[in-house]
Amino acid sequence: MDLTLLSVIELSEALKKHEITSIEIAEAYLQRIAKKDGEIGAYITVCNQGTLEASKNADTSLSDIAGIPVAVKDNICTKGITTTCASKMLYGYVPPYDASVIEKLKSAGSFVLGKLNMDEFGMGSSTENSALKLTRNPYDYDRVPGGSSGGAAAAVAAYEAPFAIASDTGGSIRQPAAFCGVVGMKPTYGSVSRYGLVAFASSLDQIGPITRTVRDNRLIFNIICGKDARDSTTAESVYERDAIDISSLRIAVLSELMDSASADVKEKIIKAASKLERLGAQIDILSLPEIKSALSAYYIISSAEASSNLARYDGVRYGYRVKNFDDIDDMMIQSRSEGFGEEVKRRIMLGTFALSTGYHDAYYKRAKHVQRAVINAFDRIFKSYDLILAPTTPGVAFRFGEMKNDPTAMYRQDICTVPASIAGLPALSLPVGKNAAGLPIGAQLIGAAFSENLIYSVAELLEREVKYCGL
Amino acid sequence: MVYDVYEMVIGLEVHVELKTETKIFCSCSTAFGAEPNTQCCPVCMGLPGALPTLNKKAVEYAIKAGLALNCDINRYTRMDRKNYFYPDLPKAYQISQYDLPLCKNGYVEIESSGKRKKIGITRIHLEEDAGKLIHDADAGTLIDCNRCGVPLIEIVSEPDIRSAEEAVTYVKSLRSILLYTGVSDVKMQEGSLRCDVNLSVRRRGDSMLGNRCELKNINSFRFIAEAIEYEFRRQVDAVERGELIVIETRRFDQNDGKTYAMRPKEDAGEYRFFPEPDIPAFLISDDYISKIAVELPMLPDAKKEMLMVKYGLTKYDAELLTENPSRCEYYEFAASKTNYPKILANIMISELTECACLPDAEMLAQICNFSGEERINSNTAKKLLTSLLNGDKRTPEDIIREENLEQISSVEALMPFVEEAIAGNQKSVNDYKAGKSAALKAIVGSVMRSTSGRANAVKVSEILADVLK
Repeated sequence: MDLTLLSVIELSEALKKHEITSIEIAEAYLQRIAKKDGEIGAYITVCNQGTLEASKNADTSLSDIAGIPVAVKDNICTKGITTTCASKMLYGYVPPYDASVIEKLKSAGSFVLGKLNMDEFGMGSSTENSALKLTRNPYDYDRVPGGSSGGAAAAVAAYEAPFAIASDTGGSIRQPAAFCGVVGMKPTYGSVSRYGLVAFASSLDQIGPITRTVRDNRLIFNIICGKDARDSTTAESVYERDAIDISSLRIAVLSELMDSASADVKEKIIKAASKLERLGAQIDILSLPEIKSALSAYYIISSAEASSNLARYDGVRYGYRVKNFDDIDDMMIQSRSEGFGEEVKRRIMLGTFALSTGYHDAYYKRAKHVQRAVINAFDRIFKSYDLILAPTTPGVAFRFGEMKNDPTAMYRQDICTVPASIAGLPALSLPVGKNAAGLPIGAQLIGAAFSENLIYSVAELLEREVKYCGL
Repeated sequence: MVYDVYEMVIGLEVHVELKTETKIFCSCSTAFGAEPNTQCCPVCMGLPGALPTLNKKAVEYAIKAGLALNCDINRYTRMDRKNYFYPDLPKAYQISQYDLPLCKNGYVEIESSGKRKKIGITRIHLEEDAGKLIHDADAGTLIDCNRCGVPLIEIVSEPDIRSAEEAVTYVKSLRSILLYTGVSDVKMQEGSLRCDVNLSVRRRGDSMLGNRCELKNINSFRFIAEAIEYEFRRQVDAVERGELIVIETRRFDQNDGKTYAMRPKEDAGEYRFFPEPDIPAFLISDDYISKIAVELPMLPDAKKEMLMVKYGLTKYDAELLTENPSRCEYYEFAASKTNYPKILANIMISELTECACLPDAEMLAQICNFSGEERINSNTAKKLLTSLLNGDKRTPEDIIREENLEQISSVEALMPFVEEAIAGNQKSVNDYKAGKSAALKAIVGSVMRSTSGRANAVKVSEILADVLK
C-alpha cells in the first residue's frame, strides 16, 4: 500500500488501528519527495532528519493528525528550520520561534516535513516570483502551479505531503489549490492566528490548510483556529450551523465573477450550481457591482501594508546585506535593492506611493472606502443568502512566462479571490472538474464571517457529487 | 538692544517613558540599566512574523497623565504606523498615534516671573520607544534593543511659551504632575523624560509665526534654558541679516552651548502614517475613564494650596515641599504627628533638602514638638536631628534627658549665668549702656557658651535688657 495516496483521515484511522506507524508515513513521504520533487520543485527545505526523528517519538493518541507530518509554506516561522519567504533577502534565516499554528500542530502531534516554495513574500499568482526555485504544476509541467502558495498546492496534489499549511492574502491558497486540483481554505480574517506568519499585508493575511479532501481540510482548520493572545486580531469565534438542510439553502452566483471566467471554467461552475440545485438548494444569479473595484482596492491596500511590513529587511540585524557600502544609508539601499526581487520592489514602490503625502487620500483612503463598500455589499447578500458560489480563477493554470511580463494581467488572476479577502470572509476552493486538456478547475464557496462549518458541509456535499479524480 | 524687539515663540514636545513593568507590545521587562540586548524578544526586536499586543497598563497610564493635564480623552482611538528607516528602529516603523491621540486639548498652569499662565497641551499620544545606538571606538556602532518597545507618551504643547524661564517652569510642572500621578519616573538623566524644543522668532506685535527649528538632545533643565537662549539669538541675528530661517532639526551641543543643523525638516516629514493593522482600534468607555480619574492623587497645585491652608505655610515653603510627591507625603505624615508644622517645614527645607534618606517621621515630629514647646532651642534641635540621621537609636526624649539638653528658660535658673556674664564682659556692658544695643549679643553669647547652648536666648536677652536698664 502506498501511504501517500491516503487522506489525512484515512491515515489517522489506520494509525489508530495500529495498521501503520508514523515512521512508515514519514518514510513514505520522504521517499516520495526524493523521487518526485526533482520534477515538481515544491520544497525549499526538506526536513529529512527531523521528520524521521519526530515520527519515532510521535504520540498518536494526541489528536486526529497525531503522527502525520505537515508541509509548511516558507513564510510561516518554524523554530530551527530556515524560513525564507522564497526571498534572497531571508535566504538562510532561521527563526528562533515557532508560529502559533506550528505550535498548535505540534501539540496535536504533527511535525514539520519541510518548507514549501512560494512567490517571494507571497507576492504573485504563479510562484514564478520565487527567488529560489521553480515549482511546476503536477498536472502539466509546462504550467504554473499558481501562487503564491504554489509549492503547497503542488506538494499536496503530487502526494508529496498529506496536507499543507499556507497563507492567503488575495487568493494565495485558493488560486493554487484550484490550479492543482486540491482543496484550499482561506478562513475568516481573525479565525487563525497570524503570529509567526511573515507579514505581507497584515489586515488581509490569513493562514489556512491545503488538503486533498474537504473533510481533511475541516479537520486541520479545527485544529489551527481559535483566539491567540499573541495576535490581537484573532477572535473567539463561534462556528455555527454544522448540520445543514440543503433544501433550505440559498446560494448566490455572482454575475461579475462568472463574466470574468473563461468558457471552460464557467461551464464547470454552472454544473456545480446545478448539482446543488438538484439537491434542493435555491440558486440565484446576482449582480454585485461593488466588487468590480475590489481588485484595485486590494492592490493598493495590500501594497501599502507591504511597503511598511517589508521595511524591516534593511540588512541591519538579519537577512541579506551587501558586502561593500559607503555608509548606513547606502548599506540599506543596496541591500534592499539586491535582496528583493522585481515584483516585491514593484509593490513596495506602489505602496510607498499610495501612502505618501498628497496621494494618501486619493489612493489609500479611497481604497479603504471601496473596501468598506465591498464589505457592506457582502453583508447585504448574506442577509438573504447562505453562500456565494463563484469560480476561483478566471481560467486554468497558465504556462510559465505567459504573464510574467504583464504585471496587471497577473494581478487580474486574483479577480475572483480578492473580494472575499478584502471583506475578511471565509472562502474555500475545491476542484469541480477538469477542462478538455485535463487541467483542474476550482469552484469557490464564500460565506459570511465565521461560517466555515457551513462552507465545509456544503463543500463536502459538492465534493461527493462531483467525484473529482486527482492525479 | 536688538533682541528686545523680538519675541520667541516656543512649543515643546516632551517624551515621557511610562513606568509599566513590561513593554508596550510584549512582556519584556522595562527595567533601566540592564546588560545590552538582554530584555528583548521576537516582538520588540521586530523579527519576521512577530506581532504586537497592546499593554493595557500603558493605555491606562497615558489616560491618567492626560486627565492630570486637563485633557479630553478620545473615546475612539487607535495606533498608527510611522514609517522611517533608522538602525535603532527594528521594524522600520514606530507604532504611534496619528489622528486619534488618546488625549487632546489640555493645559498646564505655570507661574513665571510672578505671573500665572496657562500653557496649552495640543495632544498626548502613546507610542513605543526606539533602541539605543552605542558608538564604540573599536566595535563601531552597536544597537541595544532593551529600550525598543518601552512605552512612551509624547506631550505636545501649544506654541504658548515665550521665554526660557517659562519653558523650564513648564517642564518642571509637567515633571512634578507626572511624578504625582505615578505614571513615570521622569528622570531626565536616565532619559525617561526627554524634551524637544520648537522655536521661532518674530517681531513683538506680529501675529504671524516665523519658520521654526526643532532642537534635540537636551537633557537637563539648564540645557533647555541654554539651548533656547542661544537659538533665539541665532535666529534673531539671522533675521537681522535679512536671512530666511531654514526649517530644520538642530542638535544642541552641551559642550559649547550652541545648536547645530542636523537635517532639513522636509527629509523627515514623510512618515506615511496609516492605521496599525495588527492592533484593532479600540473604544475607551466613560466608566474606564472615571475609574482612572478616581485613582488620581491630589496634584501639586492643589497640594500647595492645601499645605498653605492646613498648615499655615508660606507659598515658598509649600512649593518646595510639593516638588517631590514622596517628600510631600513624608511631610504630611510627620505634620500629622506634630503641633508645629511650620517648624517641621523649616527643618525639611533648611536641613533635609540634600538628604537622600529621610529620618523617621515620628522622631522628627517629636523634635518639632520639643522645639515648638521651647523645651529645646534651635541649636539642640539641630543636634538631635544630626544624631537621628546618624542612626542614633534613642528617642529624642531620651537623648534630651541623658545628655541634659533641655532648654533653660526660667529666670531663676538663668540669673546666675546672666550675672556671671555681666561680670565677665564689662566692656560690652558699658557699650550697651552707652547706647550700642548690638553689644548685648556678646553678653548673650557668653551665657549660651556657659550653658552649653541650652539657654533660651530670647529669655536671656529679656533678662539682660531688664537688669542693665
